[in-house]
Amino acid sequence: MSDVVEIRDLAVSFATDAGQVQAVDGVTLSVHPGEVLAVVGESGSGKTVTAKTILGLLPETARIRGAVMLTSKDGASEGDVVQMSGQRLRQVRGRDVAMVFQEPSTALNPVYPVGWQIIEGLRAHGKYTKAEARAKAIDVLRRVGIPDPEERIDHYPHQFSGGQKQRIVIAQALVLDPGVIVADEPTTALDVTVQAEILDLLRRCRDEFGAAIVLITHNMGVVADLADRVAVMYQGKLVEQAPVRELFANPREPYTQQLLAAVPRIGEGLARAHERAARRSDGWAEQTPVVEAKGLRISYPGRFRQPDFLAVDGVDLAIRPGEVLGLVGESGSGKTTIGRAIAGLTKVTGGSLEVLGVQMHGVHERDFRPVRSKIGFVFQDPATSFNPLLTIAECVAEPLVVHGRAADAQDARTRVDELLEAVQLPRAFGARFPHELSGGQRQRASLARALALDPELLIADEPTSALDVSVQARVLDLFDELHRELGFAALFISHDLAVVDMLADRIAVLWRGRLVEEGTGDEVLGSPKHPYTQRLLASLPVPDPVEQAERRAELERLRQADRAS
Amino acid sequence: MAATTPTTGDAVQRRSRWSRLPIVTQLRQSVGLQRGMLIGGLVLTAFFLFTAAFAPLLAPYGYAQLRSDSGPFGAQQPPSAEHWLGTTVGGYDVLSRVIWGSRTALLVIIVAVTASILVGVLLGLISGYFGGWLDRIMVMIADAIYAFPSLLLAIVLAIVISGGQSSMWGGIFAAALSITVIFIPQYLRVTRSEVIRIKAEAFVESARVIGAGHVRIMTRHVLRNATRTLPLILTLNASEAILTLAGLGFLGFGIEPTAAAEWGYDLNKSLSDVTAGIWWTSIFPGLAIVLVVLGLTLVGESLNDLADPRLRKRAAGPEPVEDLGVELPDAQQEGEQR
Repeated sequence: MSDVVEIRDLAVSFATDAGQVQAVDGVTLSVHPGEVLAVVGESGSGKTVTAKTILGLLPETARIRGAVMLTSKDGASEGDVVQMSGQRLRQVRGRDVAMVFQEPSTALNPVYPVGWQIIEGLRAHGKYTKAEARAKAIDVLRRVGIPDPEERIDHYPHQFSGGQKQRIVIAQALVLDPGVIVADEPTTALDVTVQAEILDLLRRCRDEFGAAIVLITHNMGVVADLADRVAVMYQGKLVEQAPVRELFANPREPYTQQLLAAVPRIGEGLARAHERAARRSDGWAEQTPVVEAKGLRISYPGRFRQPDFLAVDGVDLAIRPGEVLGLVGESGSGKTTIGRAIAGLTKVTGGSLEVLGVQMHGVHERDFRPVRSKIGFVFQDPATSFNPLLTIAECVAEPLVVHGRAADAQDARTRVDELLEAVQLPRAFGARFPHELSGGQRQRASLARALALDPELLIADEPTSALDVSVQARVLDLFDELHRELGFAALFISHDLAVVDMLADRIAVLWRGRLVEEGTGDEVLGSPKHPYTQRLLASLPVPDPVEQAERRAELERLRQADRAS
Repeated sequence: MAATTPTTGDAVQRRSRWSRLPIVTQLRQSVGLQRGMLIGGLVLTAFFLFTAAFAPLLAPYGYAQLRSDSGPFGAQQPPSAEHWLGTTVGGYDVLSRVIWGSRTALLVIIVAVTASILVGVLLGLISGYFGGWLDRIMVMIADAIYAFPSLLLAIVLAIVISGGQSSMWGGIFAAALSITVIFIPQYLRVTRSEVIRIKAEAFVESARVIGAGHVRIMTRHVLRNATRTLPLILTLNASEAILTLAGLGFLGFGIEPTAAAEWGYDLNKSLSDVTAGIWWTSIFPGLAIVLVVLGLTLVGESLNDLADPRLRKRAAGPEPVEDLGVELPDAQQEGEQR
């Protein structure tokens, strides 16, 4: 049987203010029927543009060369998407090729029931009566694992959870039984435990529906879990193409090797943690903690007579001097709220939280301000955490100026240069504006700003989640190095267990506002006690196809045990 | 310091800063019809500014002059060699009144726009930054002012401010400040919404974590980022200010002819001339109002259109690339070929 998609020498460029930008450059790629082809690359590698070309979804500013041959599932029709007219494209979309988007909450129209949105696709391709279409939609919803589809077909998107919404988007793609589904980062917006379920579903799309899947992703764990074949892209070019086991076992190109080496793996950080523990003096454990929370409760006021939302519910934790506490949890678990409360950005509503000797419950800004100079904060998104109108040097000098250590940015220049050097940025970068730096450079500058006052406590809120893997590895290494030199205590917040494992001495796992498990890396990752931690750990896909297959079986066993209890 | 040691790098910096100035940037960005509109507006506006600045040199007579060495001008004289655009019913020279009128208009625009920006932006900043009951009260007052017919409000204020006096500066301030009150809600709302957006950005939180005080955060981090859209409203409001001034003058709440020249007042006085076939007394002040408003509106609307970020990418250079320390196989091959 011939290939469902065949991309020949594809080149895409975009017309921008700054002239032509080459997004994809000479890519030749084919997708076999019923296989999962993963297209891997970091941001700007052209992977999404390549995928969108398969559906003819590029904007008008794009100029396309080359050919994208699309064959229908039964092999009856074939056509070049690049040359197709609008009408031909509409016929092909949905029937031969469908798309699953990254963010399920924006891919569904909030004002229509989900069933209507699935049926819309059927209607566009004609020849169904109302009852037939409805029956077909209910059937596809059942097959993607939505419980009670007869009833839920009339529900609106907001009545579903994030994972269920993604299932519905996949159902929408499957309803016309296309030969190939393009999935653009289908699990990036989801939590790890939900991600595992969606990956299972995509695997079933291949096995039960016989659809080929083009999986666009930057997550090597997802690739190892799902893909049959992998294509690695870098700066618009195809670097390497190989079956998944071969690629992970024996990557040929230096870029692929580096990409794989940069992926954090669980267990890597344990050696570092042991080394740090060995260095500590005897009385260390008895020292007064930098941060101590007892029965900490934080709630957000509810609207319109709804009850208050309890984000953090009775959490006890302590960070001792020089210690890195990793705080792990899924979205909505309250991990960011705790970080913000320690920095005095969110009010504590119950219990006790002592930060550097100041009780944060009912604290006045006036009493807390002197303590602020001892706290550094690194934000999640490096793109928005700098004032766009100030240079990097001015931004880094800001804490020095505010706390009276320097008269102005010029006065602080020597210290700023030192700091930039410490985070491995050239001094000349001080004169640049934030938008002139890449994401990784900006996050390093952010680290420099946080360390400007030699803080005793550093709070890092998902500092690497907006970065590519290879950049993330560098920032994490830098963090570890600086921690070793400066010895600050740190709260490291992340949703990624592997990242936390690399840096933390102790790991605390949050679930729905409660602390479910806390201990050293050995304890939490080696022998997790709480079922949630076990599930979290088992859901995390590891970047190794062989090992991942074993872990999948383990996860299945855990799930069955859950269901039984 | 930069002036004493000019270097090539400095020159580049200065040129790029010049090309980053508001109107110059847009002029470079624009193409086709939009560019034509912008240039047309800029030419009309420049002509208006030039006339206002050099009125004493350009105008053949004073704005309140009724007689020359050769005797009185006479009322409602048709255009002639001495009076290019004729004379009014009150015996003034029309051309001189039109030219001097541009000066009054400019002064009113400057006073009105400056005052409303100062007050509006300050109130918007405070309202948006602190929020709460203060914000709610301010927005309510702003809405109440919006609900008033603006000209009626301006009349009331003109009476309150000038108290019936009609000296040149008294009249200008009365007109300008009554316009100010109408404009403050606009600036307040625009600044407030920008401030609320910016307040939630990570860099403002980062300043709070550092321990910066409210005043420092407001001035250094929020204010400078919140004022980007102001040049647009400014140009549009300038033309609205002229219309309000002319409206006030036309209704008789303006400036006496002996204090300063004012287009609206002249139009009012020429009402009865229109039916008598005396066209020159109304056409020229009217034309002046139309052209200035047209010029300012064209500039404002063009800037408004060009500021739409959906039409363009913002970055002026190639994306910064992460230095990964690896060479691509293709790049190596190319290197070998060379």
